Amino acid sequence: MVDILNTGDTAWILISTVLVLLMSIPGIAFFYGGLAKKKNVLNTMFLTLIAFAIVSIIWVIYGYQFAFGADINGLIGYPANLLMSGIGINDVNGSIPSILFVAFQLTFAGLTAALISGAVIGRMKFSAWIAFIVVWISAVYIPIAHWVWGGGWLMQMGALDFAGGTVVHISSGISALALVLILKSRKSKTLLPHNLGYSVLGAAFLWFGWMGFNGGSALTAGGLAASALLVSNIAAAVALVTWVCIDTIKEGKPTVLGAISGAIAGLVAITPAAGFVDVSGAIVIGIGASIASYFAITYLKPRLGYDDALDVFGIHGMSGIWGAIATGIFAAPFINEAAGLLYGNPGQISIQIIAVIATIAYAFVVTIIIAKIIDLTIGLRVKEKDEVEGLDTNLHEESGYML
Amino acid sequence: MKRVIAIIRQEKLEDVKSALVSAGCEGMTVNEVKGRGKQLGIKESYRGSNYCIDLIPKTRIELVIKKEDLEEVLKTIQESARTGEIGDGKIFVSPVEEVVRIRTGENGREAV
Repeated sequence: MVDILNTGDTAWILISTVLVLLMSIPGIAFFYGGLAKKKNVLNTMFLTLIAFAIVSIIWVIYGYQFAFGADINGLIGYPANLLMSGIGINDVNGSIPSILFVAFQLTFAGLTAALISGAVIGRMKFSAWIAFIVVWISAVYIPIAHWVWGGGWLMQMGALDFAGGTVVHISSGISALALVLILKSRKSKTLLPHNLGYSVLGAAFLWFGWMGFNGGSALTAGGLAASALLVSNIAAAVALVTWVCIDTIKEGKPTVLGAISGAIAGLVAITPAAGFVDVSGAIVIGIGASIASYFAITYLKPRLGYDDALDVFGIHGMSGIWGAIATGIFAAPFINEAAGLLYGNPGQISIQIIAVIATIAYAFVVTIIIAKIIDLTIGLRVKEKDEVEGLDTNLHEESGYML
Repeated sequence: MKRVIAIIRQEKLEDVKSALVSAGCEGMTVNEVKGRGKQLGIKESYRGSNYCIDLIPKTRIELVIKKEDLEEVLKTIQESARTGEIGDGKIFVSPVEEVVRIRTGENGREAV
């Protein structure tokens, strides 16, 4: 097939790229910022801003090339276009400009790195976070993106990941868990949001942007993009309602934080499946997402004692795992060729499970190593005094509120 | 002269203010404060974990009045700030030795 530029497709992916940018800044910044303590609101938002900026730079220098360059033994891409050399503005990838694909993928990488910050807020050194992002995006995200999307071994095996269940959500969720195991708990392990309204806004921006995240992953402006957008929305809606029901049954009252947590869990879970399942599949995926994440946050976390401050593992890790496996169950051949268990292809589940396990194992082990090295060299934790008094004034000489 | 300090619900401030003005008592100082009573706060739930919020935001109104107005002021605050539920607050009364109006230098009852 000859690659010919299509302006309709190009327009949609340009919009989608900006929508995914909206998910990080302001989406994640607001979502996490509101859940943080008042004394850490700026530091929390700053972690998102700096992560997105650093990844943006790395992505155009060498990130994209290693992730999407010509495959070397299924493991990594060949970096032929360092600093974008050799990619002209008129080059076409499918029906969109090659540089647009680079930009679209840039926002995914930036978002994924920013997601991890939710686990470590309130006690990680800013310099350590910068070092972590540089190494993590290079050593964890880029190889996994190559394996799943860039022609690597998981792609060759037939693993399905439409918009990033393994690449984005499992990798960030598991890495968040690994990082906090080395970083250790905050002095005060409570989740007392200082401005839940921010978090509702942030979650709403995430939901809004996610339409471009999943819809744009079709890479064309057509029926597949529309289907991905529709099933993403329904999964979020169903997961929100499911979490509200669980909250009401378990706690007696529905909570707003529960509702937005459910919506995000649903969006996470539908991400790998968005271009493969129909609405009925999406409904089951949405219900499962809230159950899996609620279980992780209220039962697993207190029993295991790890301090994932804003539940990055609980929501992105757990719902990402559920979504990736569910893709192997519900993939419908009348949506996008691939068939899952329900449509007579049980083998797809095994492939999905291999992709999940490989991502978990690789992201966990490499992140542990990165975190340990940073801890032994520049140190991961802030001074106890800084943590108690707040990171905003002690690390940045600023405060979020002058009232 | 007496100083009256009333700790009330935040949402009752407007009611108490207008009731005091109707009772002829215009001057007051208002602070946002945090505190707790015998019930030791309230319970809140975030993502399935319960927390006891033991210092609750309240509003503190401070006013200095003539001795003979005390009963009326206490009654006014009590009626306008009451909901009947736990957490309606408390009123404290203490004597005031001297009052000086900075602009004119008036003192005592004249300055109240």
